[in-house]
Amino acid sequence: MLEWIKHPWPWYVGGPLIGLAVPLLLVFGNKRLGVSSSLRHICAMCVPGNIQFFKYDWRRELWNLFFVAGITVGAFLAYSVLSDHQPVQVSPRLVMSLEQYGIHNYSKLAPADIFNWSQLLTIKGFILMIVGGFLVGFGTRYAGGCTSGHSIMGLSNMQWSSLVATICFMVGGIVMANFILPYVLRL
Amino acid sequence: MKTIEVKNSFVESVNTDFEVRSLDSVCINTSELKHPWWYNLKYVFAGLAFGIVLVKTEVISWFRIQEMFRFESFHMYGVIGSAIVVGATSVWVIKKFRVKTIHGEPIQLYKVRFSKGQIYGGLLFGFGWALTGACPGPLFALIGSGTTVIIVTLLSAIAGTWVYGYLRDKLPH
Repeated sequence: MLEWIKHPWPWYVGGPLIGLAVPLLLVFGNKRLGVSSSLRHICAMCVPGNIQFFKYDWRRELWNLFFVAGITVGAFLAYSVLSDHQPVQVSPRLVMSLEQYGIHNYSKLAPADIFNWSQLLTIKGFILMIVGGFLVGFGTRYAGGCTSGHSIMGLSNMQWSSLVATICFMVGGIVMANFILPYVLRL
Repeated sequence: MKTIEVKNSFVESVNTDFEVRSLDSVCINTSELKHPWWYNLKYVFAGLAFGIVLVKTEVISWFRIQEMFRFESFHMYGVIGSAIVVGATSVWVIKKFRVKTIHGEPIQLYKVRFSKGQIYGGLLFGFGWALTGACPGPLFALIGSGTTVIIVTLLSAIAGTWVYGYLRDKLPH
């Protein structure tokens, strides 16, 4: 059993478990699954400036920060205790095409060749980690939610707006991954 | 007379707060109950389980995200698709049987208002998702799973959220 848990889980196990977060949070106290809002609460708590958008009672949304703290600790447990530390198994086509950009290291969930401290201030590392992060924060708030808020919670509640948002997430990602990222990885 | 005025102004202040809180957010707390802070500990456990699943299904992996956007694997589509099926079924059950929270409040679900932000913001987030290989949940999970440099990515995402708040009035919605 423990052996099985230590392997990566197939989609038909993990997906339904992720879906169960929706009723769990609703039943716990009328909370809607979402993560990107935590970034806003951190702004409201630490650097509200004089911005109307950050002037609200963030204490009422503290639950969201407890939730993301749980995600961080859960991920630590999953990686340190519940993992067999085998390289990530991806499609041979991806391996072949990443080969030409010098990405060989599949030992961690993010490619250790790029996602490390020494690469942070190279042009490639800067675009992937810092520009990318900025777009995640700016884009999710502009869209009103992220993959959990719109794509899972919103779609579970059959919201058209969330479907629009999800389609745009996918279109943006497809364009970036196929047409722009290859140039970035060559830098 | 005086007490009514006080009461009204109280209600008003709560409502403005709710209005601001619910701007551009799917995920807000609509519970009217006030609890001591440690009631929030149950969300740590919910997050714990969520974080474990995110890591074990590898949805926080940059490689898996590239596979998804390049249509080279079914894995991510399977995860997101089956999560929606389970989530939608649960929401249907909750509505059908008028399920209440563990504190006895009726569960409320409401419409997400359309704004052009879902298009522009959605596309921008899509770019960021493909670059970092992470949406906000996975940012926290990646840090927990030992890719510490993602702390910088998270700070950058917080900066992005702040800049959005700063520019919000000037952006099309």
